[in-house]
Amino acid sequence: LRIEITVNGKAFEVEAPAGETLVEVLRRLGFKSVKDGCYTGTCGGCTVILDDRPVASCIMLAAQADGSCITTLEGLADGDELHPVQQAFYEVNAPQCGFCSPGMMLTAVSLLRRNPEPTIEEIREAIAGNTCRCSGYVKVIEAIELAGKKMSEGGGR
Amino acid sequence: MKHNKVGVAESAELKVVSKRLPKVDGRSIVRGEARYTKDFVGEDALFARIVRSPYAHARIKKIDKSEALAVPGVELVLTHEDVPRIPFTTAGQNYPEPSPYDTFMLDAKVRFVGDRVALVVARDRLTAEKAARLVRVDYEILPAVFDPEEALKKSAPVIHDEPDAEGIHDASRNVAASIHAEVGDLEEEFKKADLVSEHTYYSQYEQQVPMEPHVTYSYLDESGRLVIITATQVPFHVRRIVARVNEIPVSRVRVIKPRIGGAFGVKQEIILEDLCAHAALRTGKPVFMELSREEEFYATRPRHPMKLTCKTGVMKDGNIVANEMRVVVNTGSYGSHGLTVPSNTGSKSMPLYRARAIRYVAEVAYTNLPVAGAFRGYGAPQGYFALECHMDEVAREIGMDPLEFKRKNAIRAGDMDPIAVKLGEGKEGFEREIRSCGLEECIELASNAVGKSGESPGAGGPFRRTKRGVGFALCMHGTGIPGDDVAGATVKVNEDGSFNLLVGATDLGTGSDTILGQMAAEVLGVSLDDVIVYASDTDFTPFDVGAYASSTTYVSGRAVVMAAEKVRERLRGVAAGLLGVEAEALAFDDGSFRAPGGESLHVKEAALKSLYGDAKQQISETASFLNLDCPPPFGACFAEVEVDLDTGMVRVTDIASAIDVGRAINPDLCEGQIVGCAAMGIGYALTEEMLFSTEGRMLNASLLDYKIATSLDLPDIKGFIVESVEPSGPFGVKSVGEVSMDPIAPAIANAVFNATGVRIRELPLTPERVLTALKKAGV
Repeated sequence: LRIEITVNGKAFEVEAPAGETLVEVLRRLGFKSVKDGCYTGTCGGCTVILDDRPVASCIMLAAQADGSCITTLEGLADGDELHPVQQAFYEVNAPQCGFCSPGMMLTAVSLLRRNPEPTIEEIREAIAGNTCRCSGYVKVIEAIELAGKKMSEGGGR
Repeated sequence: MKHNKVGVAESAELKVVSKRLPKVDGRSIVRGEARYTKDFVGEDALFARIVRSPYAHARIKKIDKSEALAVPGVELVLTHEDVPRIPFTTAGQNYPEPSPYDTFMLDAKVRFVGDRVALVVARDRLTAEKAARLVRVDYEILPAVFDPEEALKKSAPVIHDEPDAEGIHDASRNVAASIHAEVGDLEEEFKKADLVSEHTYYSQYEQQVPMEPHVTYSYLDESGRLVIITATQVPFHVRRIVARVNEIPVSRVRVIKPRIGGAFGVKQEIILEDLCAHAALRTGKPVFMELSREEEFYATRPRHPMKLTCKTGVMKDGNIVANEMRVVVNTGSYGSHGLTVPSNTGSKSMPLYRARAIRYVAEVAYTNLPVAGAFRGYGAPQGYFALECHMDEVAREIGMDPLEFKRKNAIRAGDMDPIAVKLGEGKEGFEREIRSCGLEECIELASNAVGKSGESPGAGGPFRRTKRGVGFALCMHGTGIPGDDVAGATVKVNEDGSFNLLVGATDLGTGSDTILGQMAAEVLGVSLDDVIVYASDTDFTPFDVGAYASSTTYVSGRAVVMAAEKVRERLRGVAAGLLGVEAEALAFDDGSFRAPGGESLHVKEAALKSLYGDAKQQISETASFLNLDCPPPFGACFAEVEVDLDTGMVRVTDIASAIDVGRAINPDLCEGQIVGCAAMGIGYALTEEMLFSTEGRMLNASLLDYKIATSLDLPDIKGFIVESVEPSGPFGVKSVGEVSMDPIAPAIANAVFNATGVRIRELPLTPERVLTALKKAGV
């Protein structure tokens, strides 16, 4: 199948076999930050933002994404300048192994776009589909709160 | 044993160490640029898939691979007839490994559902999977045994009947290993005791579930050497073991560990590398292997299930006189870490309470279930679940407050640890004196932080009957394996005053690259940005046993400090020459060598002059440290739970864990370990359990059916650092990554008792188990 997708603002035309998933296509295109930890939509490592909502790209066929706009972690920073979510994750040392971090950060970006000042409960709810085995989520939640504050104070995108 | 203060800055003021600095790989992680093993796999790589046994115990009579080979795109199908038959252990331990050599790359017998049968190598994953289904295997099904106590009976089927296995304690009785360690006269002390109390506890198979599954990539470089990029905790052990089982020299193998997506012990195992390397050598092409999430559950290395019986003799005044633990261990179908994990169950937990007589015995049984292995805590979480629940019970039986009772009997600084002499890691132990102990501070911090919310029980609504309670547990652990751990580090000077730090140590996401860099920077008087850390590449970094046994900060850290000190001293010589004074006369402070006359030279200037001055030289030093000690970190966890009396559901409403780490090189990363362990421990206590059918097939091998904690399942975990500054550790460090796991499950189990008055001696405390116990007790 021939599909057209926009990834991080850049248009791609790709040939994808009918059964190929979005995560496979994205990784094939070089977006290696998209992690596949389960292939069953249960770990959240493959989360990308698709037309403004976070989706598990391992249970979405590439063909279903035809015509859509996708953001991966590679697309968040503006050159050397980190997105506030990235900056916050970096500053508070939220990532440990970092394998869940791409999906976690994209979920956070999506949350903060919808809800710039989420409560801790709303953060917990939002990242419930992004499993982390290292952190106990404490520093992750701290980072998302911090990013939300920074974005509300301006400098947000 | 004499100990000097190691690496503590003379000026006492630490500039880089003890600081909350961002991880050295933090920027690449948050930018999505960090590279994990799979990210290196080329488009041309073949994919290799393991054909696995559907039976728990069977002999392979015949394998027909013709149909599989006929599938277009299939390059190679390997069976036990095609590979060298060399007994080995998948345990990535230092040589000679204390685990039995009871495993073969591929064997004519299968011993659990999911055991290796064959390997299919094909152009891509789909082709490999299709062909794997076409490998025809004729099995002679053998009787299987799943209960460790049944397995130890005479009538049980013999799981390891192969004549060429080595190091099995008694294969004919399915005994992988047997341990007996004793000090004092136990029976005599039991006779004298006012009360002798005995209880039995059960722990479950808990799987590790790193977010990145096991993944490995092998190829031959342009000179024909085998390169293995792999998600491992033990690159140097991978190199040795892969070379040995493939009958090639170590010199032909290079192992690289890139970023790794969580490990916890499960990547201290050769789960894929031996076969993947073999396929690359056979085909001459790059080969990639990755476990599916399902395989990750049944074909890797969960925590050993144990039956633990604690028996304690105690006087009316609350003094413990005799303490015994007897354990039956299920190692599964192979004995990976089968001797040393159970050794550790005793050696890490039994020293916590003083007693005149101590005995620890363990029988380690083979069964036809998945292979247990090294998992964060390494046997100690099982030991502490039993010990800390048992001591809670003993205290109540003699009418004492459990905290008062435990405090009264706990080991303290200045004490010798008598059982340490008898019980090492699978061998004789060592003499150990406790030189630093922050247990009291841990208790204070954790106890004050929990149960203060004021939220009343039954907050879930008027229709819920709930009860709340607080429980706690204490613990100690170890730091490294004395006489076994060795670590190397190299520090190399660059002309701009930056330094390359090359370490064999292995960062699993724990942040060891960062804290080792911080230690080097502190010694060299520069910032962390001036230290370029490169780790875990067997061609370019010095040897290190790898990341296990809570050793990296203490052992590898010591090697780093030693190498950095050697480099600093050589730069002092350069500075002395330039300043025209004796090197001994120079003080080193805030990155500058200072002469008595007031002149000074910054270390960066000395670095520049060392390469581009008159006496041009490459200053580079390697240091090696052999660890001979094992100072224990201590910890305390207090937990508040709410138990739903109608459903048996237990919710942890509040939890605090305080750990005496010696010193926190980077408090952020230390807290990450403490809190991360608490999260994992909550899962161990409440939800995580591998379930099996009566035929030995795992029933819940998915993230939906095997419940690890999500953000909604956890309270706001409070982690506290206590610093007792251990004299033998670099900058006073001990360890944090495993000790923090030890007290969580017993604290929660004790809290459930405190809430309900019902004692449940089996993990995990699932609603079903709790409700059954509550009903039985009439609550």
